[in-house]
Amino acid sequence: MLGKLTLDAIPYHEPIIVVTLAVVGVVGLLLAVALTKYKKWGYLWREWITSVDHKRLGIMYIILALVMLLRGFADAIMMRTQLAVATGGAEGYLPPEHYDQIFTAHGVIMIIFMAMPFMIGLMNIVVPMQIGTRDVAFPFLNNLSFWLAVSGALLVNISLGVGEFAKTGWVAYPPLSGLNYSPGVGVDYYIWALQISGIGTTLTGVNFLATVIKMRTPGMKLMHMPIFTWTCTWANILIVASFPILTGALAMLTLDRYLDFHFFTNDLGGNSMMYINLFWAWGHPEVYILVLPAFGIFSEVISTFTGKRLFGYKSMVLASGAISVLGFIVWLHHFFTMGSSANVNAFFGVTTMIIAVPTGVKLFNWLFTMYRGRLRFTTPVLWTLGFMVTFTIGGMTGVLLSVPGADYVLHNSLFLIAHFHNTIIGGAVFGYLAGFAYWFPKAMGYTLDEKWGKRAFWCWQIGFYCAFMPLYVLGFLGMTRRLNHSDNPDWNIWLYIACVGAFIIALGIACQLIQLYVSYRNREQNRDLTGDPWNGHTLEWASASPPQFYNFAVEPKVDDIDAFTEMKERGHAYHRPDSYAPIHMPKNTGVGFVMGMLLTAAGFGAVWHIWWLVIAALLGTLAAFLVRCYDNDVDYYVQPDEIERIEDAHLTAVQLDNTLKA
Amino acid sequence: MSSQNDAAHGSVKSYAVGFLLSVVLTVVPFWLVMSGGFDKWTTVITILVFAVVQIAVHLKYFLHLTLTNEEGRLNTLTFLFSALIIVLVVGLSIWIIYASNAMMMH
Amino acid sequence: MSTSVLIPEAPVRLAPEQAHDLSHEQDHEHHDSGSNTLFGFWLYLMTDCLLFASAFATYAVLFMNTAGGVSGKDIFELDFVLVETFALLFSSITYGFAMLAAHKQNRSATLMWLAVTFCLGAVFIGMEVYEFNHLISHGHGPQTSAFLTAFFSLVGMHGLHVTAGLIWMLVMMLEVSKRGLGNRTRTRLGCLSLFWHFLDVVWICVFTVVYLMGSV
Repeated sequence: MLGKLTLDAIPYHEPIIVVTLAVVGVVGLLLAVALTKYKKWGYLWREWITSVDHKRLGIMYIILALVMLLRGFADAIMMRTQLAVATGGAEGYLPPEHYDQIFTAHGVIMIIFMAMPFMIGLMNIVVPMQIGTRDVAFPFLNNLSFWLAVSGALLVNISLGVGEFAKTGWVAYPPLSGLNYSPGVGVDYYIWALQISGIGTTLTGVNFLATVIKMRTPGMKLMHMPIFTWTCTWANILIVASFPILTGALAMLTLDRYLDFHFFTNDLGGNSMMYINLFWAWGHPEVYILVLPAFGIFSEVISTFTGKRLFGYKSMVLASGAISVLGFIVWLHHFFTMGSSANVNAFFGVTTMIIAVPTGVKLFNWLFTMYRGRLRFTTPVLWTLGFMVTFTIGGMTGVLLSVPGADYVLHNSLFLIAHFHNTIIGGAVFGYLAGFAYWFPKAMGYTLDEKWGKRAFWCWQIGFYCAFMPLYVLGFLGMTRRLNHSDNPDWNIWLYIACVGAFIIALGIACQLIQLYVSYRNREQNRDLTGDPWNGHTLEWASASPPQFYNFAVEPKVDDIDAFTEMKERGHAYHRPDSYAPIHMPKNTGVGFVMGMLLTAAGFGAVWHIWWLVIAALLGTLAAFLVRCYDNDVDYYVQPDEIERIEDAHLTAVQLDNTLKA
Repeated sequence: MSSQNDAAHGSVKSYAVGFLLSVVLTVVPFWLVMSGGFDKWTTVITILVFAVVQIAVHLKYFLHLTLTNEEGRLNTLTFLFSALIIVLVVGLSIWIIYASNAMMMH
Repeated sequence: MSTSVLIPEAPVRLAPEQAHDLSHEQDHEHHDSGSNTLFGFWLYLMTDCLLFASAFATYAVLFMNTAGGVSGKDIFELDFVLVETFALLFSSITYGFAMLAAHKQNRSATLMWLAVTFCLGAVFIGMEVYEFNHLISHGHGPQTSAFLTAFFSLVGMHGLHVTAGLIWMLVMMLEVSKRGLGNRTRTRLGCLSLFWHFLDVVWICVFTVVYLMGSV
């Protein structure tokens, strides 16, 4: 009836997990009580859970990312403290089987359930507005994608309390992840969490590509699209081209584990190298999926806060394109040591070095944009400057690693760990945090507190160097990754420094939480009345903050890049038309949520071999989808009188603000 | 509305042409292999060429890929980009694994 | 996949009461959204292409790993595969005729051609199931060697797609008979058309790479 699931699956003998679960339970209970007390369940369902509005979905994606950031960071702090105390033969406080789950969960959560939702969240909020459209091409699909991402995140977190998570590292290489060496349910949780959320991501890529190609506002050519939209578009092209490879590799691993197939087994002709190969044929484009939108954010931030047009817009677009295509011919540098031929290693080493060139082009573009500009040192700008220094260091250590000979020495050492945190934190995460501060007023209607934002930045920046520079040294000293404890006295000092660094980053995260609280408390003083708090260049700043639910009452006409700057300079901004036409909008729907939750149930059933649950949940998913297909009540028209009321309120606020300034 | 679409949906004639070409492009490689009268590499290269040609025929006559209108160009470009990625991923994967197999033989 | 989410973007300039009427009509999607849907579906098919590409790459590196068991030469029966191929090929042209009938608003002809296509697809799937069953009963199941693992998975994945296409076709036949051939239904038939012909393209690769090259 319950497959492999028994009471033993609950790790009640592990005090750390029990305490965590208790905290999660108490917080969840408090939340439920609060929602009931203030009668907000209906509001939550009608306005958020069922919403097909890209802006609301974007906010929900970012909430998911922030929650997962806390979970993934808790894992990081545990690993660093374990390594700082488990020296000189001491065992530390995390036994290996628990520690192995923590480093796997940390990697999976940070990449798949923190960075990806953060990136997709920003893309959701901003891209449709930047191209002047009212929604994405397929709004229901957008809602479904979000709930598939949540479904994956739920499975990873359920594994904490029911059973275990994979102990294989976030890449889950077979044969270790095969049934012989990982007989537990950990790898199965990993597979289904990644599979379900990965399908959601693929659908997001399809959706946003169709949106930017088919739904740009009249007059906006491809080479007029704002740079963030362009970098997201390249990222979406990479999603559509690479995520299916992950889907395939995971499906093969699933067949090996569930039906005794022999893709990647040691016996009967299986070849585990093929998994590694497919995994990185997805995995390498994946890191560009994460970082390209961040590059777009830095470009927007720099050009807005220097008050200049972005230097080299075309070269920026083309460099992103070059990175996207080259991103598909470098993946073997993740496994130079696998032992393919010298020619293979040389080819991939050279392509890896080449891909640094377009990235260098971008750095010069940002520098030249700042040149002779008037840079306003706001929080987003600080993140950008921090990125430019940090990411460059990470990029250069990457070029070192791209030399196959050097890689044989440094492979799987802490040097590698330092390198990729250097690029992913210094590149992607700093970018998302810059974008978070930059677009927060647009999404929420009030600006974030600058003082706490800057404190958060400096803690992150200093903490980052403190935590990761020692890892480069440790790599040279020969320390490999995924060690549970060590007894080399030369390593100790660096492990202590790295641990201190992690706590400084923790202070940075604390500052961000305080910043959110303070900004919310002072929201009336910080209200963004005009919708254009930074004197922005692009169309998202032409709407109110938060934007009207239909984004634009009249589709803006565009004939150049930096469309909103043009409108302001020509005096066309905030134009009040004589009359409004009705606006066609999609209705909210609960089907995406239902399908997401049913697929979570199907994934859970598959993990524990509860087959009736799997079949019932899959049939339910199909039924829900068909119900949606034959539902004719999916849209409505916003009437001109309502549009006029909303637009008047915004335009009056803008006028008031202008008079106050004058 | 539908008049705009019709051009993109072909006609009885275009489907028939596509079908006949496909029949020829299917039967010949089967016959080549089943008769077994040719040496290995000639056969392999010929059937691969026939497959590529038949894929092109299907794309033109059944999937209506074209370069003569905006939508057709868009779909064609999308397909060509996917084909490029497929060639890169499949080709390089095969090279990588075959080269590492060769290293293990020695 | 995305066929149901037809939300047109461009507001038609209509008087409010007119707009209101329109939104209650069963079939109010206009050309724009149909073209968005078809393009979105084409993009989805490209992702499917990549999925098949991974399976082909895997087959290409595993096919000689027979672990002392049978190889392709021992088990492939080309005359059987040729019949399978023709079932699919015929179903391509009959689906094309269904589309032509749909665009002429000829409901009964559309249904008839869809039914013929369905039968041909069912013949293909039936033959594939027979082949698989035959192999497994002779001890050549997918658990016996990496070659058979890759073979069953690649051919089976195509077969699962065809099966999904058949189920979709049944649903569409119901839709056409109940609701006629409005814009939305024609758009969905167009998506299924892309899907069906795309599977035929994949099959060309399957019979060339797996069956023919395996028998040379």
